[in-house]
Amino acid sequence: MSQRLVNWFKFASPATFYPLAGKAWPWFAALGTAFAAVGLWISFFVAPTDFQQGEGYRIIFIHVPASWMSMFIYCVMALWAAIGITFNTRLSGMMSSALAPTGALFAFISLWTGALWGKPMWGAWWVWDARLTSELILLFLYLGYIALTAAIDDPRRADKAGAIVSLVGVVNVPIIYFSVKWWNTLHQGASVSMTKAPTMATTMLWGMLIMALAFWMYSIAIALYRVRAIILERERHATWVAELPEMQA
Amino acid sequence: MKPRHKRFAIIVGGLAALGIAATLVLNAFQSNLVFFFTPTQVSKGEAPKDRTFRIGGLVKEGSLQRTDITARFVVTDTAKEIPVSYTGILPDIFSEGKGVVAQGSLGADGQFTATEVLAKHDENYMPPEAKAAVDQAHEASKTLKQ
Repeated sequence: MSQRLVNWFKFASPATFYPLAGKAWPWFAALGTAFAAVGLWISFFVAPTDFQQGEGYRIIFIHVPASWMSMFIYCVMALWAAIGITFNTRLSGMMSSALAPTGALFAFISLWTGALWGKPMWGAWWVWDARLTSELILLFLYLGYIALTAAIDDPRRADKAGAIVSLVGVVNVPIIYFSVKWWNTLHQGASVSMTKAPTMATTMLWGMLIMALAFWMYSIAIALYRVRAIILERERHATWVAELPEMQA
Repeated sequence: MKPRHKRFAIIVGGLAALGIAATLVLNAFQSNLVFFFTPTQVSKGEAPKDRTFRIGGLVKEGSLQRTDITARFVVTDTAKEIPVSYTGILPDIFSEGKGVVAQGSLGADGQFTATEVLAKHDENYMPPEAKAAVDQAHEASKTLKQ
């Protein structure tokens, strides 16, 4: 096979990925902090008040990026699952496990902030409409993945079972995304999408996009940090781990 | 076929089968997944008759009347209309010309008695000044047409 493919797979080995992740995560953490600082400043001090919702609309600066992340992280987990099953790489399962708690956190934040907004705006904390219900199912898929992989002792078998859950569950993601289009829902349609001009004021949009970037950076940083811990735990008997400088002390 | 190609084909095939299954299931449950019925659907008889259901649409301009805490208003989808009465507290952003979802039952006289009223927010987010500008432009275009 070509040289290119060999290089590509070099980082599929935990021994080479561990130092790379160690170098990368502080950068993502720093970027995340910077974006969050700018994003929150825009969200609270620069963005104008909404004509109808007043100050309550400011929940979108957390709610929308968190919902996006919760869906996107699940897709990334499914991608790792597909790679893991296809190429039998050990790192894929570890990456999935590292991402799951962050995805679950974002799904929870999305539901929780939505409820806080729903009570004053809609008049209800929760309704069983298609958007809210499918997002709740997403949270349960994350929790199911975490519980299933934790319940199986052999990590390789746990990864396989988890990979199947992530692949099966991924059909839920387009359902969440398009639910407001396909059915009558109480949840409003998308203000920002690929296919049409955003229906919100520019400053509000910028605040939201910068917050989304901050969430991206945070997710990458925390996943890399967590995967290092998972690698160490699973490879603790390997020679390369024993030879790590931080193990010498 | 190498083993990894085979595994990849199984994933692709499995996802395709799941996707089709999900589509069929969602299609079958279409009517149960709808959160509310529009006045047009109600007039066509698509709404359930033996149990409570939700109607959704816009609160017709100038139709809101309040007596004590009972509110009467008309829900419209610009084609059909349904008069609604509701006793209770209306949500903050409930107003004429805005989206609303009401749960209740339809009387024989065509009057909808709501037990719960939710405001439906749209996807537009803008500051009050921008809203004023949009309204002005809207009025201007109306005058031009006439």
